[in-house]
Amino acid sequence: MLQILIFLAVFVVIIFPMGKYMYHITASQHTFADPIFDRVDNVIYRLCSIDRKGMQWKQYAMAMLTTNAIMVLIGYLILRIQTVPFFNPNSIGGMEPVLSFNTVISFITNTDLQHYSGESGLSYLSQMLVITFMMFTSSATGFSVAAAVIRGFAAKTKTVGNFYADIIRITTRVFLPLSLAIGLLLVSQGVVQNLSPNTTVQTIEGKYQDLSMGPVAALESIKHLGTNGGGFFGANSTAPFENPNVLTNMIEMLSMMILPGSVVVMFGLMVRSRGKSSEKDMERKRLFSREAKPVFAVMFFLLVIGIAVCFWAEQAGNPALQQVGLNQSMGSMEGKEMRFGIAQSALFTTVTTAFTTGSINNMHDTLTPIGGMVALVNMMLNLVFGGKGVGLINMLMYVILTVFICGLMVGRTPEYLAKKIEGREMKLTALAIIIHPLLILSFSALAIALPAGLAGISNPGPHGFTQVLYEFSSASANNGSGFEGLGDNTYFWNITTGLAMFFGRYLSMIIMLAVAGSLMLKRPVSESIGTLKTDTGTFTIVLFMVIIIIAALTFFPALILGPITEHMVLWN
Amino acid sequence: MNKKTKTNFITGDILKASILGAFKKLNPLYMIKNPVMFVVESGFIITLLLGFVPDLFGDEGADLYLYNFTVSAILLITVLFANFAEAVAEGRGKAQAQSLKKTQKDMHARILKDNGEDEIISADGLKKDDIVLVKSGELIPNDGEVIKGIASVDESAITGESAPVVKESGGDFASVTGGTTVVSDWLKIRITSDPGESFLDKMISLVEGASRQKTPNEIALNTLLVSLTIIFLIVIVSLYPIALYSGIHLQISTLIALIVCLIPTTIGGLLSAIGIAGMDRVTRFNVIAMSGKAVEVCGDVDTMILDKTGTITYGNRMAAKFIPVGNASEEELIRYSVISSLKDDTPEGKSIVSLGESLSGKRQQEIPGMKSVEFTAQTRMSGIDLPDSIKIRKGASDAIQKYVRELGSVIPTDLEGSVNEVARLGGTPLVVCLKEQILGVIYLKDTIKQGLTERFARLRAIGIKTIMCTGDNPLTAATIAQEAGVDSFIAECRPEDKIAAIKAEQAEGKIVAMTGDGTNDAPALAQANVGIAMNSGTAAAKEAANMVDLDSDPTKILDVVEIGKQLLITRGALTTFSIANDVAKYFAIIPAMFMAVIPQMQILNIMVLSTPYSAILSALIFNAIIIPILIPLAMRGVEYRPMSAEKMLTRNMLIYGLGGIIAPFAGIKIIDLIITPLLTAAGL
Repeated sequence: MLQILIFLAVFVVIIFPMGKYMYHITASQHTFADPIFDRVDNVIYRLCSIDRKGMQWKQYAMAMLTTNAIMVLIGYLILRIQTVPFFNPNSIGGMEPVLSFNTVISFITNTDLQHYSGESGLSYLSQMLVITFMMFTSSATGFSVAAAVIRGFAAKTKTVGNFYADIIRITTRVFLPLSLAIGLLLVSQGVVQNLSPNTTVQTIEGKYQDLSMGPVAALESIKHLGTNGGGFFGANSTAPFENPNVLTNMIEMLSMMILPGSVVVMFGLMVRSRGKSSEKDMERKRLFSREAKPVFAVMFFLLVIGIAVCFWAEQAGNPALQQVGLNQSMGSMEGKEMRFGIAQSALFTTVTTAFTTGSINNMHDTLTPIGGMVALVNMMLNLVFGGKGVGLINMLMYVILTVFICGLMVGRTPEYLAKKIEGREMKLTALAIIIHPLLILSFSALAIALPAGLAGISNPGPHGFTQVLYEFSSASANNGSGFEGLGDNTYFWNITTGLAMFFGRYLSMIIMLAVAGSLMLKRPVSESIGTLKTDTGTFTIVLFMVIIIIAALTFFPALILGPITEHMVLWN
Repeated sequence: MNKKTKTNFITGDILKASILGAFKKLNPLYMIKNPVMFVVESGFIITLLLGFVPDLFGDEGADLYLYNFTVSAILLITVLFANFAEAVAEGRGKAQAQSLKKTQKDMHARILKDNGEDEIISADGLKKDDIVLVKSGELIPNDGEVIKGIASVDESAITGESAPVVKESGGDFASVTGGTTVVSDWLKIRITSDPGESFLDKMISLVEGASRQKTPNEIALNTLLVSLTIIFLIVIVSLYPIALYSGIHLQISTLIALIVCLIPTTIGGLLSAIGIAGMDRVTRFNVIAMSGKAVEVCGDVDTMILDKTGTITYGNRMAAKFIPVGNASEEELIRYSVISSLKDDTPEGKSIVSLGESLSGKRQQEIPGMKSVEFTAQTRMSGIDLPDSIKIRKGASDAIQKYVRELGSVIPTDLEGSVNEVARLGGTPLVVCLKEQILGVIYLKDTIKQGLTERFARLRAIGIKTIMCTGDNPLTAATIAQEAGVDSFIAECRPEDKIAAIKAEQAEGKIVAMTGDGTNDAPALAQANVGIAMNSGTAAAKEAANMVDLDSDPTKILDVVEIGKQLLITRGALTTFSIANDVAKYFAIIPAMFMAVIPQMQILNIMVLSTPYSAILSALIFNAIIIPILIPLAMRGVEYRPMSAEKMLTRNMLIYGLGGIIAPFAGIKIIDLIITPLLTAAGL
């Protein structure tokens, strides 16, 4: 209990300096590290002959899409020909086309859903050039788009920024140095980092065991920093070589939380008013810039509820195992690592799904129904911090919706950040909100209606349905964790989840860029006492309720037939 | 169109017409314009089919006929309720339009030809720039401008104001409106609008709601409602296979019931009624808005630019103070000032009498044989001659001084000071003399309209800034501005200063409203986001404005702003209520759907509804009857009191948000208690 509280306190403390640093990077302001990074960046700009002119939202979206498309092509090619003996000491064969398609989409979209097992499915070359590389670029892409969207909302510039400059600046100034530091920290705790082939050792029992090796630490650090979540090994962060002890567990969790949390702080700083200098001084004294407050409050509250419910559910144990005589006083330890226990496991599960990382330190398939539901709901909401940038974008969608309803309630055309929310913005926002339930529910319905989908389900009854629901929620939310009981390396699952990941990622990004582009061009309206304030307690509560009623209740019937029924049957 | 009659929101005639209208609107081609209700109507048709052929989609179960028919009937009633709401709103406007149309139908015009002859033709045949002659007792056939003659015109058909107005060529009183009656003398009028485009035509189409276009906010809200409908359709359509996997064969009628309960039917059904009723409320204030958008924009107004004369002050100078000079006492001054004004019918004169009487506490009787001396431009004074040849005069300071000097008297030394002091305060000094003795000065002052100070305070409470425009010098302007409580003023204001002020406010991102009447206000009216022209004003001003106030009462702008806000709040409140209702409906229907196969679902049946059928039907019935229950609210608009946005949000969220969550729990439970015995009797 105490460890969870301290952990959350550390999280809240570290995001402020980080948020400020990221704000300086995004707003192209001076930072302490400029003398080094400016030189590095300039070399890259010159090498790639990048024109750092500001872009309109459409150009920005095109630049993002084409860059991603090129990386997809290269990634796909490498996976198909990885059988060549180049950084391939374990002689891994080429990956088959449909699985390669799924894998490439999975990593470029920051999802990291893995329908393969790292040890047997990928060569070191693929791990480094496809997996680790895309972990950097996909998270930098997500961050860049968020930066562009926020610039549009803030409307202090005439353009949403330059995609190439954004992606380079965030990579060289945040991801690379932080990954290096965290990677070394992990190595010091026992995470492996080598290019040697797998070794076979004799265990104490006298049996022989293969120990998987590889450049794990390099992948492990960006896996969490970039909220990617794809493990080097199939067992992900439950494997001792990825996550050896409680300290690394904490480091990994904080790594995935720091950037999505900081983005909220950064958002507040970027949109703060250009008002008089006295107001600015006031702003400086506050912890949060005011617009970030309701966003952070709602995210943090949802996170705390999630952690509490998950912890409580896992601690309660499993009555079915109790009946067969297994002591449940430790909680439901099935599928969990002894070195982490209930608290560290429940925390990791909630954090990894809330921050849409998708790495796991316990088997989510064996969580209690309610514990599993917390993970599921986090992904269905996809805005409890979410992936860096993307979670904030999703939250802004609901902020616009709330502003619209609240704005009418005070008798004015709704305004957010001094921009009117009108038909066009509502149309786009509505579209973005529809996408998520559409992908999750219709693909899930399809899966259980078709034999190809049913074939993957390894458990009958409500748990089987939860597996399906979880898989698509994870794919659509670009989370990547799985209820691993699902037999998902088939044409059906590779293609459907591939599509869910693709649309789940790019559609909402493009739509929110369009919203930002449209808001940016609007003439700002003045603020008076009759204007709706979006930084107050009332607004925060309404925002929370709107999310609960619209985002959560949408999935209520599905949750009833999945985890809730399972829970009621289990405890009856 | 009389604003004085307090109308009930529904009358017998309107009720009958609306019920008929509700059925007529069932036409799917019409319904598709309202996607939310179209889904309900589609649900009605499907369940009706299922009533005849229950196994159409493979549903099984006893009593399906009855169940399907019941669901179908409730859905039909839901649609009818929504249509009824819209029909009632339209009906109220139609009744007004009807009487206007009648006026229009039997109008004739005496057209003057170039050769000087005249001919009576039907008013429809009139074109722009035709010249017509209208004699006493005749209707003015179309909008126009008086080019010759002077006459009093009864405008009650348009404004509801029974006192006739004088119209004459040139100046601000040249414009006449078609449909009004000349009650004395004659007018030669040049027609200024083509047939079908007159003010009367515009009014008819506006009150009828025929030319009603969706406003930007309505479009945005509609988008939200449609997207919510789509989301819930996705939820329900996908639920069918998911439930099937869980071993539950859901009946189509039940799924349709759930869809209808979850989609925002309450606001969907009332949305257009709210819009029509909002316009109607504006019309009831005798303001004609050229579009619904104009009314909505009013809710957003940040700054109001108001003329001093006519809007903030009465425009007439009223006596405010008596200042005796020389040896005269105040009592003496008051007494003779009052006597001199007894026969003076000008507002100034009346105000002297009433102020004098209230200060002295005595009523001054007329002295028999007294003769009034009229004001002339030559003498620049007026007064009274008493029978004993005592002359009392009042007038401009220099005129009276000259008059007294000619009589051989001296000017009191303190007169100069008093006169200057009054002038400095922005007042008009009126000097009074009895025979050759100067008694003192009457301070005539611009008076602020009653209740205006409170209204400005109200405006400040909702964050609207007021700017007063006046031709007065800065000092006078400051005095009036402070007294009225306006936020700022522009003194010695020329028309171009007004435009500059509007542009400056708009540059700061503010929405500006203004009232105006003269031709030189037209550019400013066009520049402002909301321009309200006075009906007494020139045609150019009316053309440039987006609202016309038929009573020519410039303070109406304040009411219109509140109506605009109320309109938006009503939409927001009902949307919130509608969405908040979903929580209870989920808890009514979801357990009912699955209880048969998963008995543990009973835990979620927190309202303890008796059977699955009763639960589903109760939710559906609640969903239907909430529409007529809320019709009066939609028509009237939610209560509006000026307060800060934050307070208003909290208050409305508590009423409509929290209320919207709680109300259906109670409502559905009560309906369940009522229908359970009925359903048992029917065997469901």
